[in-house]
Amino acid sequence: MSEVRPLSEIRPGESGVLASFSERTRNLLRLQELGLTPGQRVEVVRISPLGDPMEIRLIGFDLCLRKSEAQCIHVRCE
Amino acid sequence: MSAVSNTLTNASTPTSSTRAEKVFAVVGNPNSGKTTLFNGLTGMRQKVGNYPGVTVERKEGTCYSQHGHRIRLIDLPGTYTLTAHSPDEAIAQDVLMGRRNDTPRPDGIICVADASNLERHLFLTTQLLELGLPVILVLNMIDDATHAGVSIDAQALEDSLGVTVVQTQARIGKGLKKLRLAMSRDNLPLPKWEFALPETFQRALDATAQRIRNVQKCPEAFARAEAWLHLTESTPDELHPNVEPTPQAITTFAQQIRTELAQHDHDWKERLVGERYIQLSKVVQKAIERKPEKRPTPTDRIDSVLLHPLWGGLILGLLMVGIFYAIFSLSALPMDGIDAAFAWLGDTVNAHLPAGTLRDLIVNGMIAGVGGVVIFLPQILILFFFVALLEGTGYMARAAFLLDRLMCKVGLHGQSFIPLLSSYACAIPGIMAARSISSRKDRLVTILVAPWMSCSARLPVYFVMIAAIAPGAAWVKTALMFFVYFIGTAGAFAFAFLFKKTLMRGESPSLMMEMPPYRWPTWKTVLVVMLDRAKLFLKKAGTIILGVSIILWFFVSYPKNAEGESNIAESYAGQVGHALEPVTEPLGYDWKVNIGLLASFAAREVFVSTMAIIYSVEDEGEDTDSLAEVLRGQKHSDGSPVFTPLVCLSLMVFYVFSLQCLSTVAVVKRETNSWRWPLFQLAYMTVFAYLAALAIYQGGRLLGFS
Ligand SMILES: Nc1nc2c(ncn2[C@@H]2O[C@H](COP(=O)(O)OP(=O)(O)O)[C@@H](O)[C@H]2O)c(=O)[nH]1
Repeated sequence: MSEVRPLSEIRPGESGVLASFSERTRNLLRLQELGLTPGQRVEVVRISPLGDPMEIRLIGFDLCLRKSEAQCIHVRCE
Repeated sequence: MSAVSNTLTNASTPTSSTRAEKVFAVVGNPNSGKTTLFNGLTGMRQKVGNYPGVTVERKEGTCYSQHGHRIRLIDLPGTYTLTAHSPDEAIAQDVLMGRRNDTPRPDGIICVADASNLERHLFLTTQLLELGLPVILVLNMIDDATHAGVSIDAQALEDSLGVTVVQTQARIGKGLKKLRLAMSRDNLPLPKWEFALPETFQRALDATAQRIRNVQKCPEAFARAEAWLHLTESTPDELHPNVEPTPQAITTFAQQIRTELAQHDHDWKERLVGERYIQLSKVVQKAIERKPEKRPTPTDRIDSVLLHPLWGGLILGLLMVGIFYAIFSLSALPMDGIDAAFAWLGDTVNAHLPAGTLRDLIVNGMIAGVGGVVIFLPQILILFFFVALLEGTGYMARAAFLLDRLMCKVGLHGQSFIPLLSSYACAIPGIMAARSISSRKDRLVTILVAPWMSCSARLPVYFVMIAAIAPGAAWVKTALMFFVYFIGTAGAFAFAFLFKKTLMRGESPSLMMEMPPYRWPTWKTVLVVMLDRAKLFLKKAGTIILGVSIILWFFVSYPKNAEGESNIAESYAGQVGHALEPVTEPLGYDWKVNIGLLASFAAREVFVSTMAIIYSVEDEGEDTDSLAEVLRGQKHSDGSPVFTPLVCLSLMVFYVFSLQCLSTVAVVKRETNSWRWPLFQLAYMTVFAYLAALAIYQGGRLLGFS
């Protein structure tokens, strides 16, 4: 069983597969160029002590994003 | 963008066989080890400068092939993609397509990729393969890859991409010999990678390339590369302000095609990025094998402490305090040394030149002026030592990660952290560090408020004033010191907030930051960073500062009176000081203070020396207390003291907020590429400083202080 959730709501240690982007995504091109393409596996590593931004892990590297952006990224979790 | 003439000259420029030396461009993602590789290949033989018109550093170096031939290396700014989103990113494209008049089109590309993270790095690599130039693919950090359980079949990569692949460990210089050998080859193959485009795009690209060939008469491969770049950028000429504009016939055509593509599919660019990754995955499958990584990695372990919800912030705070403290404490000794050296120089000139105008000019003008600034070289070196260290290890990204929320609240970018921190030492390196901020508006906001972080040039003024207010009482001194630093920082944050709400309105800045694994920096890289800064700094001292000192000396010394002696009250500077009295009287200052105030628009420290000269005090080195004593003894004609605590406080507050630093104005002019911003900054800071000092002085008097 799987459900689709915004990346911003995924807890550290959990992971999923990138499903889609919402219409309002800013910097969509940039995110994709960095390898955040649908089908890609992402894991949330940690949230900054002050609550924002978050660190996510892709194949081979970690990326930091603000939650406002992560909100637009939909992830399918098992 | 590329113009007819450019391409024509390009066609007629000597190729690698006839040109004396080959030219290679070094391209790669940030953190691929590009700088390390570049330094390893060129040694210390490199020139650092700026691409005119854009705030991007331009680095060039010479290296020698295995056969002793000279090769010119051009280091391009680290980038994730060739599609430019801002002018500083467009540099890579412009150089690679030979559009800039100051840089020849390279004969080949050295593409540096992090072997442990090749899936992403190959994205840029394949874009480079489509430019019609030979490419050498450098797989750097092979050691890291092995550790992470990544094995790479270099032969398979060579076969599927048609490029020469070299494996290196730039940090210990391993593999550089093979790289040099590859660079010396005359018959470097042209890549055979081809991005199989979906049909609509293929047709669009063909048509655009054909149009470009019709207009510019260039080779097929070149036209295809240009066509691709024209199509994927929506505002090309804005992004490339310093190259000749593209012929109208091409831009309108490209615009038309773009519109058609967008009608067909709104997100066509994103679709192409996805498509490229899909085609890449076939190459990746053949060449890369990834075993599941052992977790936690060393980086995970370090981060569980350094990014700990509780300790993370504490450690960051301690680190900042430590660096701060080190800059002040470690610089004392070398600063004394420099001071002594300049004193010796002055004495020597005094001993060998006859008394007169020339000697005055050299000793009191040039040596004093330049020496007063060069004395801060140790601070610059120490600061950049730590900056290079924190950057090289990867901690900078962590600091930004920890503080991003705070900066975000006032509308500042997480990347503003370093520039603002550096500005406590000196606004100039701070403002230069703002280059790393990608959004122009956010960079501007940072630059505009950076000079409010109390820099070390203000310290002499603070020291003298604090000593005049509170002789003895150490805790009052400490509290006053804390007060001036606090109001400066608070002012910077408040105005950043204000600017973001008014002038620089825009979407809240985003953060897309790679978190690199921790690594040991190399001493060579750290050293190169420090030397670069030292060179730039000394060059400035020898030019701008020297000129200002001479002018200043002249205005204080002339016109001479009937006996041929200088009389400050009657000098040009003295006259100006008197003229300013109506303006500064509400702040509590007299005409002598005005001279110091005005002179220190060249550099703040000048205030102290001006006061010392005016009150004929021997300014013996750091012994500023004696000056404070003299100031405390000064009386108006009616017998009331000139430097009351309130006047001193008013002066300090003025110095906290005013932009009295020509070099800062010059750097802001250079970094923003216009006079508009530095003048605006000068105006708003001076006005605010005036109002703040006025409020302190008049408010204090209303409350019955003196
Ligand atoms: N393990 C390892 N680290 C390297 C290698 N080459 C460079 N580094 C380190 O990687 C980090 C980033 O390198 P740098 O040259 O600054 O990367 P740039 O951002 O591409 O210029 C530095 O800490 C280097 O010391 C290598 O071959 N192996």
